[in-house]
Amino acid sequence: MSTVLDNLVSQPYKHGFVTDIESETAPKGLNEDIIRMISAKKHEPEWLLEFRLKAYRHWLTMTEPQWPNVRYPKIDFQAISYYAAPKPKLKKSMDEVDPELLRTFEKLGVPMHERAALAGVAVDVIFDSVSVTTTYKEKLAEVGIIFGSISDAVRDHPDLVRQYMGSVVPAGDNYYAALNSAVFTDGSFCFIPKGVKCPMDLSTYFRINTQDSGQFERTLIIAEEGATVSYLEGCTAPKFDTNQLHAAVVELVALDDADIKYSTVQNWYAGDEHGVGGIYNFVTKRGLCKGRNSKISWTQVETGSAITWKYPSCILLGENSIGEFYSVALTNHRQQADTGTKMIHIGKNTRSTIISKGISAGHSNNSYRGLVKIGPRAEGARNFSQCDSMLIGAKCGANTFPYIQVQNPTAKVEHEATTSKIGEDQLFYFQSRGIPTEEAVSMIINGFCKDVFQQLPMEFAVEATKLLGLKLEGSVG
Amino acid sequence: MINSNAKTLLEVRDLTASVAGVEILKGINLTVRAGEVHAIMGPNGSGKSTFAKVLAGHPAYTVQGGAVLFEGRDLFALASDERARAGIFLGFQYPVEIPGVTNSAFLRLAYNTVQGGRGKDELDPLEFDDLVREKMKMLEMSPEFLSRSINDGFSGGEKKRNEILQMALLEPVLALLDETDSGLDIDALRVVAGGVNQLLTPDNACVLVTHYQRLLNYITPDYVHVMSAGRIIKSGNKALALELEERGYDWLLDAKKAAA
Repeated sequence: MSTVLDNLVSQPYKHGFVTDIESETAPKGLNEDIIRMISAKKHEPEWLLEFRLKAYRHWLTMTEPQWPNVRYPKIDFQAISYYAAPKPKLKKSMDEVDPELLRTFEKLGVPMHERAALAGVAVDVIFDSVSVTTTYKEKLAEVGIIFGSISDAVRDHPDLVRQYMGSVVPAGDNYYAALNSAVFTDGSFCFIPKGVKCPMDLSTYFRINTQDSGQFERTLIIAEEGATVSYLEGCTAPKFDTNQLHAAVVELVALDDADIKYSTVQNWYAGDEHGVGGIYNFVTKRGLCKGRNSKISWTQVETGSAITWKYPSCILLGENSIGEFYSVALTNHRQQADTGTKMIHIGKNTRSTIISKGISAGHSNNSYRGLVKIGPRAEGARNFSQCDSMLIGAKCGANTFPYIQVQNPTAKVEHEATTSKIGEDQLFYFQSRGIPTEEAVSMIINGFCKDVFQQLPMEFAVEATKLLGLKLEGSVG
Repeated sequence: MINSNAKTLLEVRDLTASVAGVEILKGINLTVRAGEVHAIMGPNGSGKSTFAKVLAGHPAYTVQGGAVLFEGRDLFALASDERARAGIFLGFQYPVEIPGVTNSAFLRLAYNTVQGGRGKDELDPLEFDDLVREKMKMLEMSPEFLSRSINDGFSGGEKKRNEILQMALLEPVLALLDETDSGLDIDALRVVAGGVNQLLTPDNACVLVTHYQRLLNYITPDYVHVMSAGRIIKSGNKALALELEERGYDWLLDAKKAAA
């Protein structure tokens, strides 16, 4: 296939700058002393240090998962620095934030002031491992919402954190979750009290800035009875020719009638066209629909990372609870993605929907892996899954690994899958009607992803559309 | 309608072209003037469809030699989307299906892109909706086609109507219709041919690629050309098509062999 296809996938990464901010970095390597150091730096209570050490000791007994359909050299966990903080100490208001840092976010297209003011979005920014600032904190506090860094939450609301942290993703859940539990340095915390509908979208931007540092953030969102929240997460990283590790844990808890919507646009650096550099994104995201009629909805647009290993999941414990997963995963060049979801139906009349759209271009490999499990007590549970793959060019791959386990005879599980291809003939059809290739590709891709983009908040939908266009620029033809 | 004073729209000289290293067109010569309808007939594999696709700029085909002038410009200097904006239209034999993209969004983008290329104003979605519905009436198409994905799940006849709908919207200078009649029942053929007839003016021209003379009962050609093995071996008027219908292609091929 021709140069047009090739060119379209070869757009350079736009967020590949490094911000010149002095940072305080821990020596490379991992041991109990490092963990004690992190905990001490953050003035953590004893129980949290214990949580970390327990996780670390468990991690030592574990081995890296081999089952994902991704290939990469063995990671040397002793070559990573587990703590990096921008040096000018944390500031309380936006005006005090290092202007260099603010410029970084400008470059990223996240003008915090404007974004916050115009769009009514509250933003928590995680730079390397430390939460830099939280906008709108006070306004949210008026209605009882707690939104800020998890470090602050540990200090100010230790009982809440202690009650929920690890309740959805236990410290020993999997290799990377255990690692995160041992060394996480910051992340976002969000608590929506009973009956409160969060008046604005909450947003976090993650950025890895330091070479050879890992980012291990931890997010915890709790929606009490009848509470509603929409949470947005965006991610970028500078270009380095070494691989950086990102192993995050996200836990969501929805009580009776609560509704959590979690949207991600992930654009970590993906490495160059030869597969050099890029982020290893090994993330555990899980939501617990603990209460009756609760709902958790994951929407993700995954465009970056050299390797993506990520399965945002829902445990549907409460009766009538609902889990949703809407995903667009785009891989290009040498990127590898093994991503999907798990819907675990435990309660009666629980329902789940999975819509997954995988787009592969270049030499990339894109796998959907999903589990739908209906437990013996899940009377009347229902699932609908649709997994569509689109191939651009002839050198990429797409795989679908759906696992379905049904232990209740009243359950109804549907799975649909399609594979399509943007080939010469589709593009020529558009061209023969006067439409240039790039517009054609963008139209086809947007059509393909429509069902997922519709789930994104307006701003994010626009951003995602642009991002896919950029990522594929030059790849078709 | 033949008018030897009319402007020459297309001039093809000694055109040779190949696909995957195999030469398919071995020296085509053809002149098309404004107001004319040309039919290109011939046995399977003679290069008829290839000729249409080469003119429209399909990337699978490589032009080896010869020249093509479109309204006096070197056609091969233009990319396929530029050719479309310049006024070349290819009606596909097998239009591709594009799931997820609605027909209305596609038609509007095509219309506005071509209009923009001609320095004309684009239409907003409401204005365009009026225009496209009017054109669809002519082709007896139901408005629900607008909300369906491009050609997705369309029957053969519906796909062909959709092609002619695009021709009606884009108002090409030169329409190349590749076996537009194949897969059509008599009623659909009448409607589609009627649509094409309405679009013909003294300022544009049409080249019909077809196997069968029955299309020519509805669209009267000024010239009929027979292709064989990558060349035009005989040209005539409508009477030639009728003769082919009666006698097949063999006598022509035999005569050509004998002459050689």
